[in-house]
Formats: sequence, structure tokens, C-alpha cells
Amino acid sequence: MFRNQYDTDVTTWSPAGRLFQVEYAMEAVKQGSAAIGLRSRTHIVLGCVNKANSELSSHQKKIFKVDDHIGVAIAGLTADGRVLSRYMRNECINYSFTYESPLPVGRLVVQLADKAQVCTQRSWKRPYGVGLLVAGLDESGAHLYYNCPSGNYFEYQAFAIGSRSQAAKTYLERRFENFTDASRDDLVKDALMAIRETLQGETLESSVCTIAVVGVGEPFHILDQGSVQQMIDAFEIVGEQEGPAAEPDAAAGQDASAEPEPEQGAAAGEGVAPMDI
Amino acid sequence: MHALHLFIFTRRPRPSSSHVFCWKSDVSSSYGSTLRYKNVERMKPIGKHSLLGASGEISDFQEILRYLDELILYDNMWDDGNSLGPKEVHNYLTRVMYNRRNKFNPLWNSLVLGGVKNGQKYLGTVSMIGVNFEDNHVATGFGNHLARPILRQEWHENLSFEDGVRLLEKCMRVLLYRDRSAINKLQIAKITEEGMTISQPYSLKTYWEFSAFENPTQGAVGSW
Repeated sequence: MFRNQYDTDVTTWSPAGRLFQVEYAMEAVKQGSAAIGLRSRTHIVLGCVNKANSELSSHQKKIFKVDDHIGVAIAGLTADGRVLSRYMRNECINYSFTYESPLPVGRLVVQLADKAQVCTQRSWKRPYGVGLLVAGLDESGAHLYYNCPSGNYFEYQAFAIGSRSQAAKTYLERRFENFTDASRDDLVKDALMAIRETLQGETLESSVCTIAVVGVGEPFHILDQGSVQQMIDAFEIVGEQEGPAAEPDAAAGQDASAEPEPEQGAAAGEGVAPMDI
Repeated sequence: MHALHLFIFTRRPRPSSSHVFCWKSDVSSSYGSTLRYKNVERMKPIGKHSLLGASGEISDFQEILRYLDELILYDNMWDDGNSLGPKEVHNYLTRVMYNRRNKFNPLWNSLVLGGVKNGQKYLGTVSMIGVNFEDNHVATGFGNHLARPILRQEWHENLSFEDGVRLLEKCMRVLLYRDRSAINKLQIAKITEEGMTISQPYSLKTYWEFSAFENPTQGAVGSW
């Protein structure tokens, strides 16, 4: 994307019918660290990669609980994401107060989208630079939505946003047909696998990612590091066992996360067979 | 303004698992102590799942119906498979009534809201000062004093629809005898998961030949 004379104002159309400022805002989403979401009939899992500015700093919070039945994962300008999360929490709490009932997630995402659209049509505003993966429940079951800075929203079975999300998307595209009837735990495993794809060879550890779950009978909550590491260890071992089929060398059973990792990473890269559990 | 009684109760018919409701109210409306209007529908369906009944100031009831009309309209405009059920409408009404009370400009009604949604039955009431609660049977005005004791004795989880109607008629008859603003013309509403019906007005059989009604002031000293 190159600079041109139509990209100064969000209220200026290009001759080709594009709003460049809005498209630049979507670029900001692509620069953020990855966030993924996937759903079954009854549960939704959100995951994100924890990126810290430096070794000295902590990582930014990218997953927010909006209500017991709704949560959101963001990618892009985290400050914009926090503000939108506050808006969503406010809407949910107001609805609950008036109707003693949870706000259907489908209605919340429309309100969010309309809010984003306003910023694409005011000369004194700028679009929000954050993409949101909204996970929630309503009368018709579990839903996963993606809200763009453009004011569009889409419903997904599974999706990934942020940097290197294409790798996760490819993995999810291969596996999504199994998600509808998957168990909650299998869904979390798939989420971890998808996150691993975005790491491109880095070790998958619970310190590098955050996972959150919401489902029928299960309020939205972020899984603690211990449980996440357990699940990583569990499926990496399985991965190890599949490993010999792809690579006879990866025989070491114990050090699941440590030294077979590079081979595991390589196996994941070529890696069709081990993942198809 | 009229002080009319209206009461409702809930029960489930065996063996089906769907929930059915039964409501009754008479169709009169007074102007002070004059029993002025004798064909006023005080029960109205709200949306797909609920029924609202009111006693008190009829013009305020009509205002509430307009608020709810708008609420249901916007709910339908979402067109998304979600809909406001009786619990949501009841709580909305509670907010409205309580807010008005806080502004010292109440809607002078006692409301009853009931319905069935997704197999869940709901029955609740809101007063003009915003007091709200749910129960298996509720009433307004005199109904609280005359009918609810009967309902407390005789209501149970597994009432059939016919038994329910009989029980309500028993209560309405007592109210007819004892509440001077009641008339012998009442409607009954039936609410199920599938929908609701409000009957045409009809009358109860009454008996006025009780010996206690002859010379009612016999034992009352100082009366004429």
C-alpha cells in the first residue's frame, strides 16, 4: 500500500471507491500479535500470543471478559481495544440491570460495529485501530464474531487475526469441520495448536500464550497458566508419539517442551500427519 | 381511577411438559365510586411470550402499553432470533415503575406479568412504587386479601387447566360478593408455549339466598 493523495482524511473517497484511512486502520490490526478464536456448538475458545515490548516488561492484556457469557480477544492498538471493551462491558451491564437477562452477543456486535462505523464517517474522528474477536452465547447457542475497524462484522466458526495469523488460519481451515461437535478440551487443544502455528518454530509454552473459554454452563474465564501448560504437555506428548511416523528420530518421550522442540517445530511446518489426531 | 382486582396463577398440566398459565380479571372500570365502564380489557398480550394485566388507573395502563409496544417493536427490528421473554419485560416494567416513583410522578397501577418462554414459566408483579416479585400466584388490590389465602391453601404444582379455572372462579366469586367495584363479567386468559388466548367475557353463577345475607345488620349494634 503506497501513499497517495486520497489518504489524508477518513472522509475522502479515492477514485476507485476506497477509504484509505479505514484500510490503513485494518493494517494496524495485522501488525498486532496474533489472536485466534474457534467454536463448537456449545463452547468458544479464544487464544492470543503474549508479546512483551522487551524482556524487562510484562506483556499486554489482549483478552477481556465482557460479561459472564461474553469475552473478547483483540489485535492491534490495545488502547483502542481497552476502550471498546469498556463500552461492551457497559452495554452488557446496562442491559442486565434493565432486563435481568444477559445481552445477546449478536446484538452487542451490531452495536459495536455501528460504533466503529461512526468513526469512518466523521472528519474529526479516526477509525479504531483494533480488530476484535467476540465470543459469546445467546439464545441460539455459541457464537464467534470478528469486528473490523471498518464497521463490518462477520460470524465465524474459527478465525485468526494479527501477525502471522495466516498460519493459524490455514491450520483452522484444515480442522474446522470437526469443531462443531468437538468437546471443550479438544477445542482448547486445537486453539493451542493454532497458536503454535503462529509462533513459527518458537516453543509453545503457557507463558507465551493466553487461553480463555466460554460455554453453555461455563462462564467466561481465562485459564490459568498451570492448566494451560498441562494441556500443552499433554498434546505435545501425543504429538511426540505421532512424531515417529513423520520422523523416526524424535523418539525422546520425557522432555516434551525442551529439546525435541525444533524437530517438533519442523514437523509442524511440514506437519500434516501429526496434527490429524 | 378504579381499584379492580385481578389475579393470576400458574400451574402445569400433567402429563405434558409444557407450561400453562391461567389468568382472570373482570372487565369493569370505575370513575371514582361510579361503576362507569363495563367492557374494559385489562389483560393484553405483550410480544410473543407474555401477558400483562393491570389494575388502577386505566390511562396509565394505556401509557404502559405504548411503552411496551415500542419496546417490542425495537426487539423485533433486530430480527435476530432473540426475543424478550416475560422475565425481561417484567424487569423493564419494574425499572419504569420505580423510576417514576422516584420522580414523585408514579404510574398508578398494579401490574401482573406472566408468560412462558422456552418451556420456562414466569409470573411476577410490580406495584406503583416499584415493589416487584415473582410467585406461583399473584393478585392485585382486594385480590391479595381475599383470593391469595384461598390460593395458598389450594394451589399446587400439578393443577390441571380445568382445576385451575375452577380455583380462579372460586376466588373471583368471593371477590364478586365482597368487592363493591367488581362486576359479574370476567375474562380468562390461557398462556402456553404455543401462544395465548383471552376468552370472551362471561359471568359466574352467584347465589344470594344465603341466610347471612338476609338481615345483614341483625347483630350489628347501632346499624340500620
